[in-house]
Amino acid sequence: MKRGYRHIKTRLAVIGAGIAGFAASIFALEKAIPVVQLGHTGAIAYTTGYLDLFGVSEAGIIDDPWAGLEQLRRTEPEHPLSRLANEDILTAFEIFTTVLSKMGIGYTVPGSENLHGLLPAGLIKPTLSVPATMLSGIKAMRRNEKTLIIDFEGLAGFSALEFKANFAGKWDQISTHKMSFPGLPSGQAYAETMARAIEVADTRQQLAEKIIQAVNGEKYVGLPAMLGMHEPDEVHADLERLTGLEIFEIPTIPPAVPGIRLREMFERVLPARGLVLEPQLKVKHVDFADQKVHLFLSGPLEDLEVEAETVILATGRFLSGGLNAGRNGLDENLLDLHVSQPPTRNDWYRLDYMDRRGHAINRAGIETDIDMRPLDVNGRPYSDRLFAAGAILAHQDWVRQRCGAGLAIATAYQAVEAAGRFLHG
Amino acid sequence: MIRTVETQVLIIGAGVTGTGIMRDLALRGIKCLLIDRQDLNAGASGGNHGLLHSGGRYASSDTETAAECRHESDLLKRLAPQCIDDCGGMFVAVDGDDPEFAENFPEACAKAGIECESLSIAEAKSREPQLSDKVFAAYAIPDATVDPFRLTLENVNHSMQLNGSSFMPHMQLTGFEVAQGMIKYANVLDTRNNESIRIAAEQFVNAAGCWAMNIAQMAGCDDVSLVYSKGTLIVSNTRITSGVVNRLRPPGDGDILVPGGTVSLLGTSSLTIDDPDNIHPSIDEVDRILSEGEAMLPVLGSSRFIRAFCGVRPLIRSAGSASDGRKASRGFSLFDHEDQGLGNFVTIAGGKLTTFRLMAEKTGDLVAARLGNDKGCQTATVPLPSGGVVHWSEPGLAARNWCKKADPSDLILCECEMVPQSSVDEILLQAPGAEDHMSLKAIALRSRIGKGACQGAFCSMRVTSYLYDRGVYEDNEGMLMMRDFVNERFKGIRPVLWDRQIPQMELAETLHCGMTGLDLVNKKDEPS
Repeated sequence: MKRGYRHIKTRLAVIGAGIAGFAASIFALEKAIPVVQLGHTGAIAYTTGYLDLFGVSEAGIIDDPWAGLEQLRRTEPEHPLSRLANEDILTAFEIFTTVLSKMGIGYTVPGSENLHGLLPAGLIKPTLSVPATMLSGIKAMRRNEKTLIIDFEGLAGFSALEFKANFAGKWDQISTHKMSFPGLPSGQAYAETMARAIEVADTRQQLAEKIIQAVNGEKYVGLPAMLGMHEPDEVHADLERLTGLEIFEIPTIPPAVPGIRLREMFERVLPARGLVLEPQLKVKHVDFADQKVHLFLSGPLEDLEVEAETVILATGRFLSGGLNAGRNGLDENLLDLHVSQPPTRNDWYRLDYMDRRGHAINRAGIETDIDMRPLDVNGRPYSDRLFAAGAILAHQDWVRQRCGAGLAIATAYQAVEAAGRFLHG
Repeated sequence: MIRTVETQVLIIGAGVTGTGIMRDLALRGIKCLLIDRQDLNAGASGGNHGLLHSGGRYASSDTETAAECRHESDLLKRLAPQCIDDCGGMFVAVDGDDPEFAENFPEACAKAGIECESLSIAEAKSREPQLSDKVFAAYAIPDATVDPFRLTLENVNHSMQLNGSSFMPHMQLTGFEVAQGMIKYANVLDTRNNESIRIAAEQFVNAAGCWAMNIAQMAGCDDVSLVYSKGTLIVSNTRITSGVVNRLRPPGDGDILVPGGTVSLLGTSSLTIDDPDNIHPSIDEVDRILSEGEAMLPVLGSSRFIRAFCGVRPLIRSAGSASDGRKASRGFSLFDHEDQGLGNFVTIAGGKLTTFRLMAEKTGDLVAARLGNDKGCQTATVPLPSGGVVHWSEPGLAARNWCKKADPSDLILCECEMVPQSSVDEILLQAPGAEDHMSLKAIALRSRIGKGACQGAFCSMRVTSYLYDRGVYEDNEGMLMMRDFVNERFKGIRPVLWDRQIPQMELAETLHCGMTGLDLVNKKDEPS
């Protein structure tokens, strides 16, 4: 078979298919900038579905993320979120969650306080916005409501007893129940399979009946996240209608539904809104000529050349392939950009894994100017046409600080704004 | 009131020597209680490369130790084959190594009675294709590997079956009560619940490995003097050679690669240290053994390593050994402590994994004689039986059993090593030392859990959930144990973090902190 070849032109190319990449495409579409998004899906499958902004500092859990960011600007002025204004961050968050809700996954409106997102092992994640299907659990915990947590036979890594044991003292009115999922054979079960099965009305009906039988005076019922893949809000509403109960989802360990749900929705809905999405091809090489950027991609069957006026690099860290860690140092994979990093391998990690200060390697990454343009070792922009967003940025620890989504959304917003200014220059 | 436990012989230290003594005595009909400050193989017995020495390593410098190794390894291959992979070994010299040392090797082996076959370079490379092109001399010798976890588990299991001897883990010795030249009681603290227990015995055996000097001192004996030599090894994620490959030169860093089931272990460094506690493998040591190892096997430079670990060799201090662990004797010493004024205390110290049976025999002879037991040692003739629940440490076994049983409701908890929940159940119910208070760490010690490519990132969460589901924990104790487990694992992972291990680590941290919140878990008395 002959190898295919295509050539496309665009004003903006986004490299990366994580939250930052999709957020950049969404902001570009909102501004009517023609956009092509390239690259494999990153670490999006590992998300809880929660959109955190800034949840934890060395002092502990942060309740007011906006005040927390003001504090961060004093303690960590180089942090990417320190360099953006709260009002821009809020605008970015509002646009993003509004678009997600319109696209088919309802998200709560970002407010002035962090919500205590529930985690499967019975701890919390301070987070700014949560999927609508997860909200009533947060309410139930805050008010110590009588709640039934259900787990399913065969779903490894989710135990209602574990959830209950670790919330003990904070949320005492939890009872638990283990049941089989209707229609599934016994054996290893996956949340993804359940999520697709429950989209069938008959399965939903059967599950509703089992839930009704299991409750004993509880008004709230928590389930592992599996309330549908494509229309979670409809599935959720229907299950609440069928049971007459307040139902909520709890994220599970990967492979987990909330991340797959987001990915599938982006891939399904964004092309219909004008995004040219090329998720199968890998960017092999990028060439910055005088007036254009040429991106060369290849896949198993075809090659693609993209001619873009501007590029946003949102390729993530090590797991998504943005950065590479050799025995003698860290580098950036696509353009060999300058990577701010600790002096030696000995400095990458502390001796104590769970040290609350986190590890230096997680703060390595690309440094940019205020317009999100990556800087070379001398502090000069690599190109006027190149912008960076998301986890690849230096001077942040998104895992420990619970700021991954906020970082992705806010820096993608800033990068698109800057790219827009350049294009309309 | 303090609880008193009575036994004929108390053995302190549940490494391979302590458990070997337990079995030796049990075979003579003597009832033992074995205790350990932590759990089985917590010291050097669990921190070595699992080499069953042919003696070749010592042939050029210490004929006596070499001959001892040859004799003991022959015995173990016959009597405990289930613990041994008789994979053979090779000594190779590469450009830059001393040709005279290589030339004299066959004669040194002959003196110690070790079979040594000279190989052509082509023959050596056909046996081990990964060997460097710079190899100029190669000899085959009968090296093998032994699973030290299986060995200790089998020793304990057999002793329990023989005469009801027993094992109590997590017992910290706090002191001895001595009267009229005899120890009356050993006082211990159960570190899991802080219960003080008094153990009465007729004879007390100190087999505490690198802590033997401290234990002897607690009994007022100052005759045991040890040098602590720290050794670091790294584990690859695949098996690189079919047999053991040794560097043919005087012992040095990175001079041996030992297969261990589905992986290989590259070792070993030697660093004299002052304190055997709180050690961890360092990045410097890993870089050093790796660059030396690459001289023999260039493929090591691009191999994926999943973990490093270290142990402390307890070496007997002798003239000239104070500053260099490598030159100290690898032999062992038995102290009867009679010149220290004690008639029922014995310390066994030094030695090596390969000679553990002989060490146990000599100790057993002394203890039995003092008890008036003349039955004689039987470990050189009675095979070590293969017990039921001790085998989950064998690579691949859990997977084979799971396939054979084909019960779809038996969930896989560790996907790297295919360990199903039924193995965890079995370990919880029956494995030696598992009677109560089973932690994730203790289950991992007795199975392959956490030993695969993800190094416990996923299975720690699944097993913890499962233990909660079984009602093992009722508060956040399980979460704290999981935190301890991943923290402990990290010490070994940290020095081999580069290339493909970094994305793994990033994912693990995302799961443990973002998804689980382990970094924010607090003990009840810790501030939040």
